[in-house]
Order: sequence, then C-alpha cells, then structure tokens
Amino acid sequence: MDAIHIHELTKRFWSGWPGRPSVTALDGLSLSVSRGEIYGFLGPNGSGKTTTLKILMGLIRATSGTAELFGQPAGDVQVRRRIGFLPESPYFYDYLTGEEFLSFYGQLAGLQRTELGRRVTDLLEQVGLSDARRRQLRQFSKGMLQRVGLAQALIHDPELIILDEPMSGLDPLGRKQIRDLILSLRDQGKTVFFSTHIIPDVEMICDRVGIIVKGRLLASGRVDELVSHGHTQSVEVVCEGIPAERVRTIAEPATRVLQQGRRALLVLPGHERLEEILAAIRAQGGTLVSVTPQKGSLEELFLQQTHDQADGRPAREA
Amino acid sequence: MTVWCILVIAFNTFRENLRDRILYNLLFFALLLIGVSVLLGDLTIAEQKKIVTDMGLGAINLVGVIIAVFVGIGLVSKEIERRTVYTIMARPISRPQFILGKYLGLALTLTVNAVIMLGVFLATLWMDQAPIHGALFQAIQLIYVEWLVVTALALFFSTFSSSTLSAIMTLSFYVIGHLTEDFKGIAQKSHSEAVKAVMNGLYYLCPNLEVLNVKGQAAMGQAVLPSYQALASLYGLLYAALLITAACVVFQRRDF
Repeated sequence: MDAIHIHELTKRFWSGWPGRPSVTALDGLSLSVSRGEIYGFLGPNGSGKTTTLKILMGLIRATSGTAELFGQPAGDVQVRRRIGFLPESPYFYDYLTGEEFLSFYGQLAGLQRTELGRRVTDLLEQVGLSDARRRQLRQFSKGMLQRVGLAQALIHDPELIILDEPMSGLDPLGRKQIRDLILSLRDQGKTVFFSTHIIPDVEMICDRVGIIVKGRLLASGRVDELVSHGHTQSVEVVCEGIPAERVRTIAEPATRVLQQGRRALLVLPGHERLEEILAAIRAQGGTLVSVTPQKGSLEELFLQQTHDQADGRPAREA
Repeated sequence: MTVWCILVIAFNTFRENLRDRILYNLLFFALLLIGVSVLLGDLTIAEQKKIVTDMGLGAINLVGVIIAVFVGIGLVSKEIERRTVYTIMARPISRPQFILGKYLGLALTLTVNAVIMLGVFLATLWMDQAPIHGALFQAIQLIYVEWLVVTALALFFSTFSSSTLSAIMTLSFYVIGHLTEDFKGIAQKSHSEAVKAVMNGLYYLCPNLEVLNVKGQAAMGQAVLPSYQALASLYGLLYAALLITAACVVFQRRDF
C-alpha cells in the first residue's frame, strides 16, 4: 500500500460572485508516493502544491477525485496519528516556549507524560534548539521557527511527514539543516512528501520528483530518469594542438567553441557526430584531452515542462 | 482521547488568555470598585450601601461581558487568520472537539475572573459594612450564565466571519438580548403584520438575556425563587449549547 495515493484530484475555488468563473487549482492530478521514499513536489508559485497538501491534510475538500493516506481517505481523523505536517510559513502560538510548544502538540497526539518528556528533549536537540527550550517562540528567528515547526511535525514519531515549502525563506545554512533532517528521516524509514519551488533542494535529496504546473502533474519519476528520458544531452570535447584558424574548419557540428591558448572546447548538441569530430581532430594533428557527456538538469526539464504546458503539449511519466 | 484532546485545547486557550494579560483587568476592576466605594462613602448620605452593591454587580457583569465578547470573537477566527489551525487540524482531533476545547478554555478564564472579582467585591462590601446576602450570589451565578451565552454567541459568529464583524454581531445580539421583552410588547401593540412578524422573529431568535438579570433585586436584598434561578440557568445553558452545536456544524463545513 502506498503512503499517498491521489487519483484524478480536482479542486475548483468558487470566485465568490455569481457569473464570475471559478478558479481551477487542481485539474485531474494523480500521483503515488511509496513508503520510505522522499518525494519532491516541484512547481512554480500558484501551481497547486499547497492546495494538494491541504486536501491531503483534510483542511479543504476536493471538488472531485480521491486522495488517500495509507489507504484511508484524506481527512480521516485516525490516520493523522501516522502523519506529521508542517505548513508553509507557519505561525505558531508565540506565547509558548519551545518546550511547551512541543509538549502541546505531543499531548494532542496522545503521548504519555514520560514518553512526551523524552521526545521533547530528543527533538529539541535534533533540531538544535536545546538552548532555546525555555524561550518564547516570539523570540525565535525564522530559521528557528521552521526547525521547531519541523519538530512539532515529528513529535509523535509519524510514518509519513508532509512538508509545505520547508526550505522557503531560509539562509543556506538553514536550508542545509532542514535537508539533513529530511535525509535522516529517510534513514529512519520514514516517508517524506514535500513541496518546493527550489530545484537544487529536490535534486539533492529526493528519490522521486513530481512536477506540477497549473494543477496538472506534468512529469513524475526519479530525477536521473526524468532528466535523461527523451532529453538531448550535450557532449563537451576538449582538444589541443590545433591552431585557432583550423579549429573553425572542424567545429561545424559544434554549437559552441571556446579557444584558450592551445586548447579548444567544442560543445556538441549530442553524441551523433562525435566520431566525426574525433576523426577531424586526429586528421588536423591535434590531441584529444577529454570527452565529457553533459547530463541534463532538472532545472532544464522544469523550464521545458512549464513551457510545454503553456504550448499545450502532453505530459511525461518516467 | 476524545475528552483529553478537548482538555488540552481548553488548557492552552486558558494559558493564552493568561499570557495575553487578560486577568490584568481584574486589578483595574479592584481599584475601580474600591475607589468608587470610598468616593461614594464621602458623597452620599442615604442608600450608600445599595449603590456600592449595585455598582459592584454591574462592574462584574460588564468586565465579564467585555472579556466574553472580545476574547470570544478571536477564539476561532484568530486561529484561522494566523493559520495555527493548520497544525492543530493535522492532529487526531475532530473539528467539534477543537470548538469545544476553545469554548471551555474561555469559560475557564471567565470562571477564574468571576472568582477573583467576587472576592474583591465581597471584601469591598465588608469594608463598607454593607450586608452580604444570598441574593448577591444568585445574581453573580446568573451573570456567569450570561457570560457563557455571550461567549457562545461570539464563538458562533467567529466560525464564519472576521473578528470585527463577529464583534459587531455579538454586541448587537447582546443589546437586543436585553430588549426582547420590548420586542414582544411592540409586536402585540402593532397593527402592521410585517412589524409583528419581525418583532416576533427577533423575540424568538435572540436570547432573552433579561431573564438572567436579577442585579436590581439583589442590590435590594431580594432573592429570587430557587426554581426561577434553576430555570433561567437552564434556559441560558441550553441556548449556549445550541449556539455551540451550530458553531460545530459551520466549522465542520469550512475550508481553510
């Protein structure tokens, strides 16, 4: 059984005025997240990421389609025992201290006093806030709030952790801390589903990624599969010992040529004419220094998918 | 687990009220009451004790209503506006449990307020050598029931409207609630069917808060019958229960 299963999910928001068209936030979204994986839900602002997460947490209702968590319908009260949730830019009860804050959420999850005390201490240490345990949240920085927010999502040791833009607005150090925490959760066998619009975060830590644009899932799969599947990879060829004027005669298949002293860098759009270039280098008496295939990036795919969506081209599944 | 969750929410609401320094109004209340008492002792010749009693009961009533309205309107709407409701609703707690917890939290705050204000009030009466009789306690018990009704009104409105609108509607219902007998009188005397329908509608829809007001009799030392006190309390509590149920129904259907 998948941790998350979403099928043909659609959400339309009523405009509030008769005659004015409703806004479609999700348009037949389908995806699954397996247990034990980190799934990155990538999309530009306003693409429907938060709406999807809100439906999963039962905060809003879908117009049509189904969303299930561990086989139970989203919004089921009992299934929430197995889930931890951190909303985007969270505001917490700022009159509570770090310790009181975590205790409150632990009590709501039904933790007993002894276990609660141990979990609070462990989590504050894990997120690096042991020193701030008796400080009120109103004195916390944004990074500290995000970390204590993550701690509240983990207080009851959930199997599935759902995070909405967990790295948003954090400095590089704060982002790394959150990334490391997410990776340690996977090591503990947890499932993590998080939304973001920051591509490097997804590339670095996700097992699988889904790209959502305008409420539709345009691509889903492993990052390496997605960036290589049907995506032209360039090849960089470095050679030396060929005079500049002769490099131009052999560089016709290259999309870019850079000459630095005796060395030349030729960028080919693919592997197809590689042999032709290598033969030309030998024929000109040059020496081959390196041949480096360039992997496509998730950013290129993301931009391409966003562009395709604007053009009305079909989606891709890896 | 069901009751536990309600109590956890209630205690947190009470803690929020404490840290928002709501109980500071008690200090203001105590100073006001003692100050007025001393002043009246100097200025009035007759009925000084009745005036002190009357003013004390009125002040207790007013302070409680102000807390019930202005804290009550933020009970739910503030949670939604600040999005704290997202993390609460992500826990194994149902929406009605959340509503009940919020209500009980404010009721607890009001109870603590009532106990402290009663203590200050009785001390003032004792200093002024005014009589302390059972009617005073009857009046304060019914004032407390009125607070519970007003809190339920504020909570109900805050489940579907902003804090400002909730405040306006709650205060309107509070004022109308003290005028419902007049509406009934107008309906009986009016020749217009439309006026009759509106006035009768208001009479039956709005809470009749005047039945909970026995301050005047209490100041004169006249107790009401225990059966009246019981029935008036039951009426107020039932009305509050209906409002809380309605608040749960509205909140259950809300998207956040």
